[in-house]
Amino acid sequence: MVEIHLVLFFMIAAAFIAVEAKDLLSSVIAVGAVGIGLSMGFLILKAPDLAMMQLVVEILSLIILIRATIRKDIPFSPSGRWVFNTVSTLVFLAAFLGLAYVSLRHIPQFGDPIMRLSETYFRDGPAFTGARNVVAAISLNFRALDTMGEAVALFAAIVGILVIARKKARE
Amino acid sequence: MTDHTERGMTIIVKTVTRLTIGFILLYGIYIALSGHVAPGGGFAGGVIVALSFVHIMLAFGKDVALKRLRSGVLRVAINAAALIFLYTVVVNFFGGGSFAHPIIKKIAGRLVFESEYIMPLCEMTMIGCGLFAIFVALVLASKADKNAE
Repeated sequence: MVEIHLVLFFMIAAAFIAVEAKDLLSSVIAVGAVGIGLSMGFLILKAPDLAMMQLVVEILSLIILIRATIRKDIPFSPSGRWVFNTVSTLVFLAAFLGLAYVSLRHIPQFGDPIMRLSETYFRDGPAFTGARNVVAAISLNFRALDTMGEAVALFAAIVGILVIARKKARE
Repeated sequence: MTDHTERGMTIIVKTVTRLTIGFILLYGIYIALSGHVAPGGGFAGGVIVALSFVHIMLAFGKDVALKRLRSGVLRVAINAAALIFLYTVVVNFFGGGSFAHPIIKKIAGRLVFESEYIMPLCEMTMIGCGLFAIFVALVLASKADKNAE
């Protein structure tokens, strides 16, 4: 479990660089480093599916950020209400950590193979759904509506962005 | 050099793009179709397909990429893939597994596709075309902003 901590510290360092960098391009590159670190973390936690998806999505979002939005240098002034900002950040951080401590105590230990619920899916899944193997049974039968919800959310996002950006491009 | 070759990147990038673009597209389709036995799936394959068209657009410029995949084709592909996806999911939900009543299953059962391949293909088409359309729209919008200034 040393590797996951290394990757986590790398991601936290890259996130700090992304927030604190003066140049917008450096900031975008640091955000990309956070995403690549997340992909490595998924790979260490033995989820190659998520790692691949995170990698390609990260590359696409990095290209979009660099190519399409880098020209607008957004002025950002950190002056002003820094007392209020710091206090609210600390309050929300404390609330998040406290709630996470309470709720994380109730879930099983990480890496502990407790297969109470998933055993049923493995054992009865293919026979129950008539699919060819376990992955197809879970991914295409038990989770088909879930996948469709994901696709519908993405479809709505695509249509919304196209409507807004087309009007802007036509002007 | 003529006018249309000056758009985009250098001749090295254009040559390498011309050689590799088919393999990238093929790899995306492979990732999408082998999602039920290997890591991958419709979403990752779709993003790789979108990245291959983004690659054409970055290397050759906007006009060549849009000539290869017109916006009307994009629109039809996104909507058709979404409708086929919806149809497959609903039919599978009522007729595929053991979720439904036997009579509904008998009626809908003969309409079930080979959903292991149809669903990832539809998702791949939707997400590939959609992300490419988002990229094109964002680039056009940023150009419009620059011209307006």
